[in-house]
Amino acid sequence: MEQLLQDSALVEQYLAGDEIALETLINRHSQRVYSFIFSKVFDKDIAEDIFQDTFIKVIKTLKRGAYNEEGKFLPWVMRIAHNLIIDHFRKNTRMPKFEGNDDFNIFSVISDNALNVEKQIIKDQVEDDVRRLILELPADQQEVLMMRMYKDMSFKEISEITGVSINTALGRMRYAIINLRKIVEKNNIVLTNQ
Amino acid sequence: MANLYTKKSSNYKKLGPKQETIDFLLNYSKALRVVDYQEIKFETVLN
Repeated sequence: MEQLLQDSALVEQYLAGDEIALETLINRHSQRVYSFIFSKVFDKDIAEDIFQDTFIKVIKTLKRGAYNEEGKFLPWVMRIAHNLIIDHFRKNTRMPKFEGNDDFNIFSVISDNALNVEKQIIKDQVEDDVRRLILELPADQQEVLMMRMYKDMSFKEISEITGVSINTALGRMRYAIINLRKIVEKNNIVLTNQ
Repeated sequence: MANLYTKKSSNYKKLGPKQETIDFLLNYSKALRVVDYQEIKFETVLN
């Protein structure tokens, strides 16, 4: 408590023009603030930069007379540091940093969304597997599923061709999917391409 | 004398900012003036 009172007294002295009061405040809390920043960024230079920016903000706010949290100097400074750390990480995710070495890899900047040969083979295989699984379904469900998924027909069209109501076609589609899932689970088939 | 099997880490160093950084901040504080003009605050840094 005494320390808090002293902080607020030092802030008052600083506001009255006593620069030594600021020096005392910085020296008193520098280690704690710096360690806090370092524990988040793990880089001495970045920690140093954020520490400096934190106190620049502190000095500006004090000189502008905008500081109004009497007795809570350190938590206030820590909050400024915390916000600046967040800003630092946000900035770094927006603008990825590239190490300035000679073996610069262009593929770290551009990405190729097309499937590579391996992934294309896996994709073909998965599609083949799904077609074979569909053949295991009862004929009526198979028929609806093929029309819907492979021929891209609407349920209205399916009902007209198969001569059943739309609701029946929907029901058959639903059971077709449920049964497909059951077959997949029963046989431990993996249908993914990662 | 009994053997001690604990070893103090020799490279223990307190974490803290460089003296240059603190000096910079103190000089910045001395140089910074905030001037009020019709509800607007102007910051000036005197070198």
